[in-house]
Amino acid sequence: MPLTTPTPTAAPPAGLAPHRWLRFAVRRSGRLLVSLWVLVTAAFLMIHLVPGDPVRASLGPTASAELVAARRESLGLDQPLWVQYATYLRDLLTGDLGTSFGSQLPVADTIAQRLPATATLALLAFLVAVLVAVPVGVAVAVATRRGRAPRTELGFASTSVFLATIPDFLLAVALVWVFGVTLGWLPIAGQDGAASFVLPVLALAVGPAAVLARIVRVEMLAVLETDYVRTARAKRLPPAAVHLGHALPNAVTASLTLGGLLLGQLVAGTVLVESVFAWPGLGSTVVESILAKDYPLVQGTVLVYGVGVLVVNTMVDVALAVLDPRSTIGES
Amino acid sequence: MSELRFDDVTVRYGTGRRATTAVDGVSLVVPPGEIVGLVGESGSGKSTLARAAVGLVPVHGGRVLLDGEPVAGRRRAAGPSPVQLVFQDPASSLDPRMTVGESVAEAVPRERGTSRRSAAVRAEVERLLTLVHLDPDRAGARPGQLSGGQRQRVAIARALAARPRVVVADEITSALDVSIQGAVLNLVRELQRDLGLSILFISHDLAVVRYVAGQVAVLHRGRVVEQGETAQVLGDPRHDYTRSLLAAVPRPPAGSLTTSTIDSTRTTRRTT
Amino acid sequence: MPARLPAPTRRPASARLPAILRTPLGVTGAALLALVLVTAVLAPLLWGDAAEAVDTAAMLQGPSADHWAGTDNLGRDLLFRTLVATRLSVALALAATALAVTVGLLLGTASLLLGPRAGRLVTAGVNIAVAFPGLLLALSFAVIFGVGQVGSVLAIGLSGAPAFARLCQTLVAGVATRDYLAAARLAGVGRLRILLRHVLPDVGGPLVVNVTIGAGGALLSFAGLSFLGLGVQAPAYDWGRLMQDGLDRIYLDPLAALLPGFAVVVAGLAFNLTGEAVARTFSIDSISGVSLLAGGALRTRRRPDAGGLPGQDATPSADVPLDAGPDLVLDVADLVVTVPTPAGRVRPVRGVTFQVARGEAVGVVGESGSGKTLTALAVARLLEPPTTVTARRLSFQGRDLLTGDHRTLLGTELAMVFQDPASSFNPVRRMGGQLAEGARHHLGLSRRQARDRAVDRLRSVRIGDPDRRAGQYPHEFSGGMRQRAMIGLGLMGSPALIVADEPTTALDVTVQRQVLDLLAEVRERDAVALLLISHDVSVVADVCDRVLVMYAGRVVEDLPAAGLATSARHPYTRALVAAVPHLETDLDRPLAVIPGRPVDPADLAAGCPFAPRCPLADARCRAEDPELVDGVACWRPGEDLPSAVPEEATA
Repeated sequence: MPLTTPTPTAAPPAGLAPHRWLRFAVRRSGRLLVSLWVLVTAAFLMIHLVPGDPVRASLGPTASAELVAARRESLGLDQPLWVQYATYLRDLLTGDLGTSFGSQLPVADTIAQRLPATATLALLAFLVAVLVAVPVGVAVAVATRRGRAPRTELGFASTSVFLATIPDFLLAVALVWVFGVTLGWLPIAGQDGAASFVLPVLALAVGPAAVLARIVRVEMLAVLETDYVRTARAKRLPPAAVHLGHALPNAVTASLTLGGLLLGQLVAGTVLVESVFAWPGLGSTVVESILAKDYPLVQGTVLVYGVGVLVVNTMVDVALAVLDPRSTIGES
Repeated sequence: MSELRFDDVTVRYGTGRRATTAVDGVSLVVPPGEIVGLVGESGSGKSTLARAAVGLVPVHGGRVLLDGEPVAGRRRAAGPSPVQLVFQDPASSLDPRMTVGESVAEAVPRERGTSRRSAAVRAEVERLLTLVHLDPDRAGARPGQLSGGQRQRVAIARALAARPRVVVADEITSALDVSIQGAVLNLVRELQRDLGLSILFISHDLAVVRYVAGQVAVLHRGRVVEQGETAQVLGDPRHDYTRSLLAAVPRPPAGSLTTSTIDSTRTTRRTT
Repeated sequence: MPARLPAPTRRPASARLPAILRTPLGVTGAALLALVLVTAVLAPLLWGDAAEAVDTAAMLQGPSADHWAGTDNLGRDLLFRTLVATRLSVALALAATALAVTVGLLLGTASLLLGPRAGRLVTAGVNIAVAFPGLLLALSFAVIFGVGQVGSVLAIGLSGAPAFARLCQTLVAGVATRDYLAAARLAGVGRLRILLRHVLPDVGGPLVVNVTIGAGGALLSFAGLSFLGLGVQAPAYDWGRLMQDGLDRIYLDPLAALLPGFAVVVAGLAFNLTGEAVARTFSIDSISGVSLLAGGALRTRRRPDAGGLPGQDATPSADVPLDAGPDLVLDVADLVVTVPTPAGRVRPVRGVTFQVARGEAVGVVGESGSGKTLTALAVARLLEPPTTVTARRLSFQGRDLLTGDHRTLLGTELAMVFQDPASSFNPVRRMGGQLAEGARHHLGLSRRQARDRAVDRLRSVRIGDPDRRAGQYPHEFSGGMRQRAMIGLGLMGSPALIVADEPTTALDVTVQRQVLDLLAEVRERDAVALLLISHDVSVVADVCDRVLVMYAGRVVEDLPAAGLATSARHPYTRALVAAVPHLETDLDRPLAVIPGRPVDPADLAAGCPFAPRCPLADARCRAEDPELVDGVACWRPGEDLPSAVPEEATA
């Protein structure tokens, strides 16, 4: 029998066949759209769920009735609810998020100006968390599986619980005190050069890194006990090939789902950390606007945070589909 | 004694383009007081048919009739189903937290207002455990304390507690150790003989079905490809699939039997 | 609130309490929790007035002898305030947790209470909500409910609900697949009772863990909200509020902010450590609950435990000649496998001796717990510490496996086939690569050569269109194809022995036939020996030349396969053959029954382990364990069995 010439790239692997991708894309975008709609509607309703009159609440009891009425009219609050909803949706599509009560500036402008600082912070923190957590989780899993090195295991468990328990804002305060006030090594407020990122990123990343390392370890332990890892061992491959070539991809895939939720929490965590470091980002804006009852600004910022979380989750799902050939099929 | 009749039953899973037909127009009768065997491989639809018989999965076409009346309609009424199912794995079909007595008692029909702990219920549980050859004193044991075979007998007792008119047994020996499976098979035959139960006995194992069932149906890809008297179907199979099933059965320990027609085709292939 | 997946549990949490307290984490967690709760109750009674005492002479002071932690802007003592704030902080966290759990439980069990259709809708809603971080939800709710205590309890409680709902859904879905729910429904049990009796107890353990950890999370969230000024409002104060007040002074007096922060961490740790300890105890429980039957010990995740063994292997024997002749592929003497369990060391394999000649097919039959799988894995050197393997002799192809590293030898000349082809290949890697990597590593083949060989081997195990198949993933193969590919994987080298552990148990009969035929073909072609592990006497009799019958970790009979039905001498072998119906079984007689249950290696009595189930057993059988002599380990080999085997009554 003549030797057939292998053509490795000839046939696309069925797991990634175009029609499956298309179906996946359609289904996933559908879910994204539904979630977006829920989010937008929730943001819209938020103002209307505030007990009493939001304008009165915002302007305070001393404001004159005329002012309140005028403000109500300018916001369209005197219209029927569905008209307001339609207007809100239409404005959203044109990028109009309304006007701030306080500054009288367009909300969209404020957000555009403040978003980059927050996004950079969150992204950097996430990278740091992943780059620390994955190797640590894998290493601890390999070292402690099947009850080996019980002391290491206990040490890891208690350390990670401890680190995950420290709230990010408290860590921020402590870091400010140690590195900023006592040692004076690093800037403690504002965004000014690379050094100013160190403390906020650290404050944000430590907790999620601890949680993620635990997740990676648990998933890695589970993967190390699977039949296919036993098969890999039966091939007598070197341990590194078994752990990194066979176990790691599966463990990372399995960690992704929870990891995505974690990233979402990290995005929200910026709110607190920013307020400690006086970071010129969206987080401080959220807090200030809630305290000032500046509802259009609250609405806009919450919406942007929500969209950010949705984008992260979608990216996680896409990553899962790429990494795990089964996922586009098995998804219900 | 009751008759269970599948009348052109079709079961589908999923919707739209992804729908699969698990059971495709099956007609089958379990006559009163008889054991009918149903053989087939995984994916042939035999477990789906079992679940359809008791109303755990909806039927898309055809009807499941108990003495001429639809079974599904009766499920709306309170009380136990007149068709009871014994599951494959007793480790999963008994709640590990409940004592076996409680598990059985749950299925005992009661007068309105009487407690599950009443003397009448307790007496009935004792009777049922004795019926399946378990010591009634074991009623306080939890499933984890029993062997696989004992657990399966508890599961049978629970099915019987509901005073079923028909019992569907779905692969009830395949999760058991070989030394234990014989006892359960003996019990199935005994219950049919002594209580006159009608039983649909589902298994992938031809030899097991041959041992307990007088009639047999062969299920392949959701369809019944052959049915009839067990001796006739296994002795003189008409359908190619039945033949390939029989040919695939491993040789029983050599020497215990006289030459058989099934084996003659394969003896040449044996090494040494 | 991290969603923690449940470990299977069998007993209620209350029964585990002492065990929790024996772990270092548990002791620390419980002690901290007690401290926090006691402080929450007592501090306002003891120091409530002191914490409110305004001292205008001592405003904004640093630590001093009078005020250990300094004072605030009204001269109030910060240490007392921090202690007194415990009550409000903890109470608010617990209230929010209770709200989150209640709403979460209702949403999470909706599918059971409302039926599948409404359940799906709720699930979809929860899936959307759970993706949003709790803090973001809490902020949104804070807008609606306004700032203040009630608002933040509602905000944090409701924002935690989706996570609990999701957890409940996951747990309930896990339980819902169990047959006992279907059985209960068929028995006429109502939905509410099913939920209360069958579902909630199973969900309870993991839920307790997550509630504890959730309370810790709520505590931190509250601190966060108050810290932002959105939570507790003056004059009331909790830790977050105190921290916020202290933050302005951090340059001058760090303790003002860090002391309440420290309190937050201690309280958070109290909840989280306790939850962690409970979780770990549950997984210990799931291990002690698994018997050693069915080789389950291998797949069980083990916890660190006193009495863990060092990873030392094997006591090599010096004086035994290893090479017992060129025709011997495998030579095993006195193989012992020891598994440490929480209850002590267990020996599921207790001295197994056998040999496999070149090209010979040896079957190993036995029930769960007989040690047959562990024997196979021990021989293949695939058992890892803390499981230990010792033997007087263990040689493969004339090489002593007890000493040294035999990677290349085992990687090229020993082929393994495992039970479940569905899980034996890496799901995220292509089949061709999985076959090729061993050859690249051991034989130094190039990527191209290895791939060509993989395609060739796939073809030789009758996989059609092997070139395309090599580029596919395992899930695109059928079960039978995967098992054939597994055999192909073994053929990548030049195997002298195939160890097949229940290779056809997961397969249908017709597919089983193909796999058995393929194994026979491979053996004939290259004179490969086969060690076939199976619970199925007829499969072994069909394929093998010789059969080892194992019971309770020993070989009890070693006989030619052809003699299984006629010349077996051990009562267990004879009963095993007679208990299994075959196509010629006499229909008029009941099947033979072996009373009792297969033995658990953790629970071995003196004497012959089969004695409790043996109709021939006498006093000697119960006192002394017979050795394998002349192919049988029995004091009364070949004696007539009582003719009528009585029906099993109890065991």
